[in-house]
Amino acid sequence: MTMELLVASAIAVLTAAGVYLVLRGRTFPVVLGLAFLSYAINLFLFAMGRLVIDQPPIYDKAAEAYTDPLPQALVLTAIVIAFGMTAFVVILALRTYLETGTDQVDGHKDGEAQP
Amino acid sequence: MSAHVPHLIVAALILPAVLGSLTLLLLRHRLDASRLVSLGSCLALVGIAASLTMHASSGAVESYALGNWRAPFGIVLVLDRLSAMMLLLTSVLALAVISYAVVTGADRKGWHFHPLFQFQLLGLNGAFLTGDLFNLFVFFEVLLIASYGLLLHGQGAARLKAGVQYVVINLVGSTLFLMGVGLLYGVTGTLNMADMAVRVSEASPGDQGLIAAAALVLTVVFALKAALVPLHFWLPGAYAATTATVAALFAIMTKVGAYALIRTGTLIFGEDAGTLAWLTGDWMLPAAIVTTAIGFIGLFAARTLRDMAAWSVGGSMGVLLSAVSVFRVEAMGPALYYAVHSTLAGAALFLVVDMIAKRRGAHGDALTVAPRFCQSELLSGLFFLSAIGIVGLPPLSGFIGKLLILDGVRAAPEAAWIWATILITTLIGVLAFARAGSRIFWKSASVEGTIPVRALRGRWGGAGVAGGLLALLAALTVLGGPVTAYTGATAAQLFDPQQYIDAVLGPTAGGRR
Repeated sequence: MTMELLVASAIAVLTAAGVYLVLRGRTFPVVLGLAFLSYAINLFLFAMGRLVIDQPPIYDKAAEAYTDPLPQALVLTAIVIAFGMTAFVVILALRTYLETGTDQVDGHKDGEAQP
Repeated sequence: MSAHVPHLIVAALILPAVLGSLTLLLLRHRLDASRLVSLGSCLALVGIAASLTMHASSGAVESYALGNWRAPFGIVLVLDRLSAMMLLLTSVLALAVISYAVVTGADRKGWHFHPLFQFQLLGLNGAFLTGDLFNLFVFFEVLLIASYGLLLHGQGAARLKAGVQYVVINLVGSTLFLMGVGLLYGVTGTLNMADMAVRVSEASPGDQGLIAAAALVLTVVFALKAALVPLHFWLPGAYAATTATVAALFAIMTKVGAYALIRTGTLIFGEDAGTLAWLTGDWMLPAAIVTTAIGFIGLFAARTLRDMAAWSVGGSMGVLLSAVSVFRVEAMGPALYYAVHSTLAGAALFLVVDMIAKRRGAHGDALTVAPRFCQSELLSGLFFLSAIGIVGLPPLSGFIGKLLILDGVRAAPEAAWIWATILITTLIGVLAFARAGSRIFWKSASVEGTIPVRALRGRWGGAGVAGGLLALLAALTVLGGPVTAYTGATAAQLFDPQQYIDAVLGPTAGGRR
């Protein structure tokens, strides 16, 4: 029970932090927020195979129960995609900053009134 | 059936994947060669898609197990009428767009246009063919990653700004997609869509709430791709900021969202889903109606032709999804016909607008009165035709599509809303395009002098491509009988998901009741 509570609240806190950061005005917090969201989702996917301790994921003669290997494969795929995308967004944000002179997501110059 | 069809299914994925990688690795500095490869690939894809459509039109559902791992354990590709139709539409559009990019030289404005284009096709074809929900996520990512690159093709500050927003919103969408997939996996223990349909129909009452939540999370994700209100804010900015070639290709991107909504809505959350049956439609319909209204009203707010094209693509998505979300077999056929029409019409409009903008010098595509420009007679004709197409006036196929949709939704309780919205927005669309056309062509005709143009690539070729797309719209009208027969049969097939399930899981395993 403790483990379920711990994992669930970890996912909740990560998601909340991610959503808050994604809604910020500058690109850097947004990138961090996306990273937090993807961490939260990875944990969530992992938990969707049920939380099982000390069990093998693939066939074992001595095993009596198994942990679900599929979510682990899914998480692996999701990690790879999220990693690549984070790298891409960082470069894109940097390029936009150099090109437009502002790192606001909606392209306003610093100090300019927000409509 | 002939033995080569299963391999043709996977060829639609392998061909762009291999050619895209080869172009990137071997031909990166040889534009002429990569153009040839790209054109060849698109031509071959048209051939493949046409023969797959011929095969699917017999009503058979083909399942191709990758690596020969049997469903539901392995990943399957499934070819039915809907996927075949979408493949054919994608490949025809891709051929037109790549020809336009080559004749006008739009592909030399930045690096790696051709490899990105091939990867985009890989993602699109994969999304239309896959029978596995997680695999759908992966192909969504493939097409999105390629689209990020294409969107930024040619660069520039406005494009980068729109690019950041487009990328961020789609990454959040991908996160939500994974959440929906995870929820469904947690409840049903499968990712295969056919297997999932069986499990959802057998789900215990305690799990229904979770499945409903997952269904709605997925609907949000697909609605984001389809630019449904209130998730449409990315569309005008992204489509207006990118190159016209890419915007024309993106006319199919919103249809991927619509495809996923149709596929999951009829297969997994369809009539066999018990208390959950058709629950996505109730949420989509109001959004679709508002999308139609906002899309066409947005035409009046637009200050450039490109903005108008982007808004009208958004509005036509609203029309399409209004017909989809009543989830009735008699409305689905017209919706699919309209999907084909609106993709081609939207692409044609983007190309015509691009040609006008290139010839007006500093005026670009702004809705201003300016002196005459070269080929203005030809372009005014093309603009007139594509505006007729996108708004949905006779004689082009938009009129037939809207008429059939109005007829198809008649039995739905919300018919009055859909009728009112479609009829009023069509009028608004006519007014807005008439205003734009009269300002750019008619009033401009009385201004003295002409706008000189610099060396212009593909002066006639570009017009030829746009004319070809418009000719396809005319063909859709002339061949309205066979095409609507096909889309009608597609709708019937979608509303009988047992066929799909039997094809994927085998006739014995798929018994639902």
